Amino acid sequence: MSLLQVENLSIAFGGVKAVDGVSFSVEPGEVFTIVGPNGAGKSTIFNLISRLYEASSGQIIFDGQDITHRPAHDVARLGIARTFQNIELFDHSTVLQNLLIGRHSRRGTHWWEDLLFLPKVRRSEREHRRIVEEVIDFLELAAYRDKLIAGLPYGVRKVVEIARALASQPRLILLDEPASGLSVEETQNMAWWIEDMQKDLGLSVLMVEHDMSLVSRVSDRVLAVAEGKPLALGTAAEVQAHAKVIEAYLGTEAAS
Amino acid sequence: MRVRFKSSYDDDINLFEDRWHLLQFGLLLAAAVVAPWLLGSYYLGELTSVLIWALAGLGLMLITGHTGQVSLGHAAFMAIGAFTNLALMLRGWNFFPALIASALVSGVIGAIIARPILRMSGIYLAIATLALSIIIEDVAIMAAPITGGVSGLFAPTIELFGVQADRYGDPAMFYYLCLALLVLVTLAYLNLLRSPTGRSFLAVRDSEVSARALGVNVARAKTLAFSLSCAITGLAGAMYAHLVQAVNYESFLVLISITLLLQVVIGGLGSIHGAFFGAIVVVMLPQLIAITRDLLNNSFGISMASYPGMDTAVFALIILLMVIYEPRGIYGIWIKVRTWLELFPLYRKGMFRRSRTYLKTERMR
Repeated sequence: MSLLQVENLSIAFGGVKAVDGVSFSVEPGEVFTIVGPNGAGKSTIFNLISRLYEASSGQIIFDGQDITHRPAHDVARLGIARTFQNIELFDHSTVLQNLLIGRHSRRGTHWWEDLLFLPKVRRSEREHRRIVEEVIDFLELAAYRDKLIAGLPYGVRKVVEIARALASQPRLILLDEPASGLSVEETQNMAWWIEDMQKDLGLSVLMVEHDMSLVSRVSDRVLAVAEGKPLALGTAAEVQAHAKVIEAYLGTEAAS
Repeated sequence: MRVRFKSSYDDDINLFEDRWHLLQFGLLLAAAVVAPWLLGSYYLGELTSVLIWALAGLGLMLITGHTGQVSLGHAAFMAIGAFTNLALMLRGWNFFPALIASALVSGVIGAIIARPILRMSGIYLAIATLALSIIIEDVAIMAAPITGGVSGLFAPTIELFGVQADRYGDPAMFYYLCLALLVLVTLAYLNLLRSPTGRSFLAVRDSEVSARALGVNVARAKTLAFSLSCAITGLAGAMYAHLVQAVNYESFLVLISITLLLQVVIGGLGSIHGAFFGAIVVVMLPQLIAITRDLLNNSFGISMASYPGMDTAVFALIILLMVIYEPRGIYGIWIKVRTWLELFPLYRKGMFRRSRTYLKTERMR
């Protein structure tokens, strides 16, 4: 059974149909990439899945549960984590604190217990920290653990955001343009980490990305969208060779 | 320079980093405990006032400094706390149950108001909370059976287990009462900050979108923060009523709300230290200005009496300079001085240069 199943998903902002009848599914342990020109509705699909937007029609099913109308804060607990295109970290906190907030959906204490800091709270804090340290090891962030986000280079912030998503122990991670703004070397590292997430952690990855070399290297399947509509689905090479995709990126060939 | 060597997760979880840290706060507490023997009754009263304003500041710090929601309405919750406490005590309640009732009533009213009001943000939220401050004035007059109407209420004597802790009857006991309350609230506050609840508040402050994506129920977190904030401020209001002995509709004007907000901004938003530093400034600065004025008059024959409003102007000037040159408040200065001392002589001038922080647009709404 598919881990994530998106069926006929649509959303309209006023008269603009940002996403129009998109269907796809992500299998367990798969890296699935959505590509498309600017304004194709890729990020909107992400925002629909993480429930920041309300779908006009269609269905999103995660692990057999219909999450189309679940509140946004429930989605993380079910096992979907995400990163943002423009990096949405907590700037005034350290890397460690950011990752600890990533544990929020796994909290096991109520606020009044926190207020009194009962022994139970201390036990769960230790457990949170243990898991966060594993993520720090996994993504090699130890050197930045106690640094404030505000002072970190862009490339590191991208990795911290992924770390924060991983801290919630998701089964599906949504990466919104993980390589945008990264140098060639950093993009290389990103490719390794995506492969590690897939192979070592057994995660499913749903990704939006423009860098086709990264896409071809890590993706199992690729979906191309343009103007909110699905164009082609297949391996990276198949999609890149698809006539409709070439047309969407380059325009119709002049009469020859 | 001290280097901390962490050997367990508890090193980060514990309230005090190490013994030296514990010793510092132990000494501070000891100094606070012996203060009544060292200070005259006037300055003891001023110090008590600092404690009460620090308590109110902690309340506002929770919602404004740590959850990022501006409130210009916290005087209203001081009023609710004050009137609840006095009205119940005048009906024969003991002090402690009445104090707990103050916190509960303020907290519950805060929670009810929070839902609609915290849907707004920024300047709109400021205006909505400002309205609270203005409304409470009329409510205090109209709810005469509880608040005593225009003439207000007088504070009855506080009796704790047969010991009087009255502002004038026994100022030292009243001081200890305020100190104990403040220490308890501060500890609870610290507990919140080192646990998931406090972290969810910070998440809401810094990025609501990612807070939601990480599983924080933003509406609930804001409501909880506002409610706890109001409860703490309600406690402060009750103690304030006992400090000034009589409260009526004029005791909690908008100016008090504004002063409270200035207090947390000057002290340093987003830090517990800030609430304390701010309280010291708010209580002591007018005194300092008055003393300077007298000194100028008596020693140099310069009479400031012919410039009415001078102290307010100086106060305003200090606030202005603070906001322009040290936006992180006194706590920011404190951090710099401490780092300078710890790193001496290696401190570099650019160490605290702020990196640009971008204004977050509300693109997800």
